[in-house]
Amino acid sequence: MLLEDKDRIFTNIYGFHDSGLKGARARGSWDGTKFFIDKGHDWIISEVKTSGLRGRGGAGFPTGLKWSFMPKADARPSYLVINADESEPGSCKDREIMRNDPHLLIEGALLAGFAMRAHTSYIYIRGEFIRERERLQRAIDEAYEAKLIGKNNVHGWDFDLYISHGAGAYICGEETALLESLEGKKGQPRLKPPFPANVGLYGAPTTINNVESIAVVPDILRRGGHWFAALGLPNNTGTKLFQISGHVNRPCVVEEEMGIPVRQLIDEHCGGVRGGWNNLLAIIPGGSSMPLIPADLCETLTMDFDSLTKLKSGLGTAAIIVLDKSADVVKAIARIAYFYKHESCGQCTPCREGTGWMWRVLERMSRGEAEKSEIDKLFDVSKQIEGHTICALGDAAAWPVQGLIRHFRPEIEARIDAYKAAHKEAAE
Amino acid sequence: MAVRRLSPDQPRDFAFTPENLSWAKETIAKFPQGKQASAIIPLLWRAQEQAGGWLPEPALRHVADMLGVAYIRAYEVATFYTMFQLSPVGAKAHVQVCGTTPCMLRGAEGLIDVCKRRIAAHPHELSEDGQFSWEEVECLGACANAPMVQIFKDVYEDLTPEALDKILAAIGRGAEPKTGSQIGRKTSSPEGAPTTLTEPALYDGSRLGAWRARFPELAEGGAETAPGSEKPKG
Ligand SMILES: Cc1cc2nc3c(=O)[nH]c(=O)nc-3n(C[C@H](O)[C@H](O)[C@H](O)COP(=O)(O)O)c2cc1C
Ligand code: SF4
Ligand code: FES
Repeated sequence: MLLEDKDRIFTNIYGFHDSGLKGARARGSWDGTKFFIDKGHDWIISEVKTSGLRGRGGAGFPTGLKWSFMPKADARPSYLVINADESEPGSCKDREIMRNDPHLLIEGALLAGFAMRAHTSYIYIRGEFIRERERLQRAIDEAYEAKLIGKNNVHGWDFDLYISHGAGAYICGEETALLESLEGKKGQPRLKPPFPANVGLYGAPTTINNVESIAVVPDILRRGGHWFAALGLPNNTGTKLFQISGHVNRPCVVEEEMGIPVRQLIDEHCGGVRGGWNNLLAIIPGGSSMPLIPADLCETLTMDFDSLTKLKSGLGTAAIIVLDKSADVVKAIARIAYFYKHESCGQCTPCREGTGWMWRVLERMSRGEAEKSEIDKLFDVSKQIEGHTICALGDAAAWPVQGLIRHFRPEIEARIDAYKAAHKEAAE
Repeated sequence: MAVRRLSPDQPRDFAFTPENLSWAKETIAKFPQGKQASAIIPLLWRAQEQAGGWLPEPALRHVADMLGVAYIRAYEVATFYTMFQLSPVGAKAHVQVCGTTPCMLRGAEGLIDVCKRRIAAHPHELSEDGQFSWEEVECLGACANAPMVQIFKDVYEDLTPEALDKILAAIGRGAEPKTGSQIGRKTSSPEGAPTTLTEPALYDGSRLGAWRARFPELAEGGAETAPGSEKPKG
């Protein structure tokens, strides 16, 4: 069953209606906000825990639990930092929230900030989203003017919300790199521990959440954690913005229930795979870092954290890149490897050297210019990068390569054979 | 990582215009006392805009001085973040073609060919008239509208080589071509008939306040509570 319109949170995700305050209020935003604040910090956190919400930025960590790590009494200020860096290839949902449904995010920021006793919040948005930044700023200005946020606002919790931005560096989506960047430095991830809840922005307690994680909070509070938890699957609750790109007839962003079968998602909302379902080669299910899933496993695949983990992949940002049979799968993954090489911040040797090495080998393999023994070597090198770096970019670079080898080794071998055959002939 | 160096040709000096200076002061004020270094990326970005799309070395020093940070810190930031252009770009358009896999699958390579043919053989090279330049960039966060390019503040989506060709020709003439999707769809909605968000009750106000029934303390008299009213009952 598809999600019904009445259960959608993002009712202006395409911008068909007014994205300003008036329009947002007409769709139910900012209704009863003070009532929830009066219910107290712990009530909000408990409701978010009940909802089962797991972070929408990629890792899927339970949001309510994360909020409860923030100190309740601390001399330092607390910060809520909202991650709007959205740079994982395939991902394009936070952009739509910020430009079309910005008041969901702003109301969510106030409620989340209050829950964690933060009077200040920064939204860190990727530098390329210039128009989105302008739209979001306009909405924030409206909220200040209406005294919904700011000092002495109608909700009784002083709350400043500022936008800052990056300037083209995927790594700044990693939460500690983001903090470095927000402090005015190169975006190089920090070693953990200490975790941001103890030592975050300016050394103060900080929680970093994805845009979508925050934007769903007002609806969770209004309709109830149980409402959200009843959608989707156990441990994989709620609605989710899916982003489908690549070889489908009508690529789009769409809000659906967690756990929707991928085939239904593509058929109902994207007009099917180009050339029909049988023309499907593979999908990359969660943004570029998630290992691909070949077509035969897509038949019954549902889009949620747990079922994708079972297939050694992941839901990530729920960005689905579809490859039909015309796609050059080795080249597609080689291009992803290039992305990670380009975006490595360079402070760990396995990542700095390994991403470039993997890319160069894959480029050769895409032309068949390799030895079969190099396939195992490539897999081995990817395993030496995975888990041996400061941040998860190393893992993100290794996984797509592992997915390719796991599912398309015969394809790589066939290219090597073809290349060898062609060059043998040429030599004779 | 990419190797990025400052251009050997640099203007003698740089200073913010009065408007940009007051904007810079407001931006610095967003951050706590003593943390003004946080404003470095926004300020360098504004400097790049003022300087015509690239960041000259004197601007690095100007911003560093304003923020009280060492020059080397500003240099580090400028060379780390790839949106900072370290040498001049086309005055009319610097075309950033997204080349990452989702765009590649839908024809980004054809767009790069257009740039090579129309602008210059190599990225970051100025066209003969100095009005255009291009580069391949990584995912711009608009993959459901692939392939796409960004030109300064705007994006052009759902492109074909022909469509990009026309856009560049229009910009060359001084026109302002339509931004966003080039196939007439709104943002990232699926092309054609909508598959979601068709229920009138989402927009006619009939559902407003329905959630109040969940709270006994709001239930009685809840109906008369106007939507958006911030007065909880009980
Ligand atoms: C290399 C890298 C890039 C990331 N990019 C993003 C991003 O663009 N947006 C985001 O929300 N999270 C990103 N994350 C995840 C964040 O580190 C963090 O887990 C997330 O923002 C937490 O928010 P959530 O709990 O609401 O999901 C990235 C992680 C890594 C390792
Ligand atoms: S894993 Fe890569 S991106 Fe992450 S800290 Fe190490 S070098 Fe930087
Ligand atoms: S890959 Fe081009 S916008 Fe994402």
